[in-house]
Amino acid sequence: MNANHDLPRYLAQACGAAPEHLRALQARLAAAAQAEGILDVAYRTVDSPVGSLLLAATEAGLVRVAYASENHDTVLQTLSDRISPRILNAPARLDTVARELDEYFDGQRHGFDVRLDWRLSAGFRSTVLHRLPEIGYGHTASYAAVARLAGNPRAIRAVGTACATNPLPVVVPCHRVVRSDGGMGGYLGGVEAKRTLLSLEAAA
Amino acid sequence: MTLKQPFGTVVAVHGSTVLRVCRAVLGTVDADDAWSETFLSAIRAYPDLPADANVEAWLVTIAHRRAIDVTRATSRRAIPAGELPETATVPDAEHDPDLADALARLPDKQKQAVAYHYLAGLPYVDVAAILGGSTDAARRAAADGIAALRRTYPGVATRKGERR
Repeated sequence: MNANHDLPRYLAQACGAAPEHLRALQARLAAAAQAEGILDVAYRTVDSPVGSLLLAATEAGLVRVAYASENHDTVLQTLSDRISPRILNAPARLDTVARELDEYFDGQRHGFDVRLDWRLSAGFRSTVLHRLPEIGYGHTASYAAVARLAGNPRAIRAVGTACATNPLPVVVPCHRVVRSDGGMGGYLGGVEAKRTLLSLEAAA
Repeated sequence: MTLKQPFGTVVAVHGSTVLRVCRAVLGTVDADDAWSETFLSAIRAYPDLPADANVEAWLVTIAHRRAIDVTRATSRRAIPAGELPETATVPDAEHDPDLADALARLPDKQKQAVAYHYLAGLPYVDVAAILGGSTDAARRAAADGIAALRRTYPGVATRKGERR
């Protein structure tokens, strides 16, 4: 007799729901949490020519863009620890930036027009990152030039660190910072991604 | 040190189990509201939950309370079950209406004990903490519920096999 073991399994089946039904419930939860003001971090992923990008936003604005190589689960855990564990997959808050990224990767958009939440960067790194949007679309600047721009000409290595820890890559264009000798330099999304972004901007 | 999971991960991991529990206890129609209320209460309280807490037991405990709320609200509305909108009861592909009906006819305690132990996988000591009463009473309620289901729904033992 295996009925003792089978009955719970049939019960689970009888009470089971289709995945799309659960997705609908999750969407409803995200909307309710948003309405109540307790959705501290909303996230979604988008596909792009540089791979899957994780986008996360607080009520204040876009707080994180992450490459797949950074491991999205790890990034979500970090957001949970540093900002709030009230995090939900809730695409609505990221609709605008997702659309702007699409346009950017199509070569149709040269700048981003979304609110940014800078709370994940601090000190000199933050100062550096705030200056990066001044490097125009299709242009590059050397680490040394950015150090001068940030008010500390000798802090060339610190500029490299700021770029390597940029919480908002692509949107805050650390990919436009290159070596003075013409070399591309490193990139937090991988050198291949940096090359893709720079050729995209050069072609447009 | 245990890290507290992002709440989105909690929903992804436990969402389907909590919905099964809600459906078992309340039926398909009211389960969606109970699920929504459960996770909305949970995300409200989540920052204060200790990182090493048993999240599943915590969620089922909340679901139990929300299910009682939903039951009260439903009986206040006093809408006969037959008059609920048809669309809300459309079963999923693998939904078995006979077994769900048999489950719905169980006394509340048995239904809850079966759901929390067999569907949520909680040990009887946790089931007892949710229902009140002793661990033995919880075990007995679940055993009585399963026995009653088997009596009212005897096809279970053989339905994948020889029948027909």
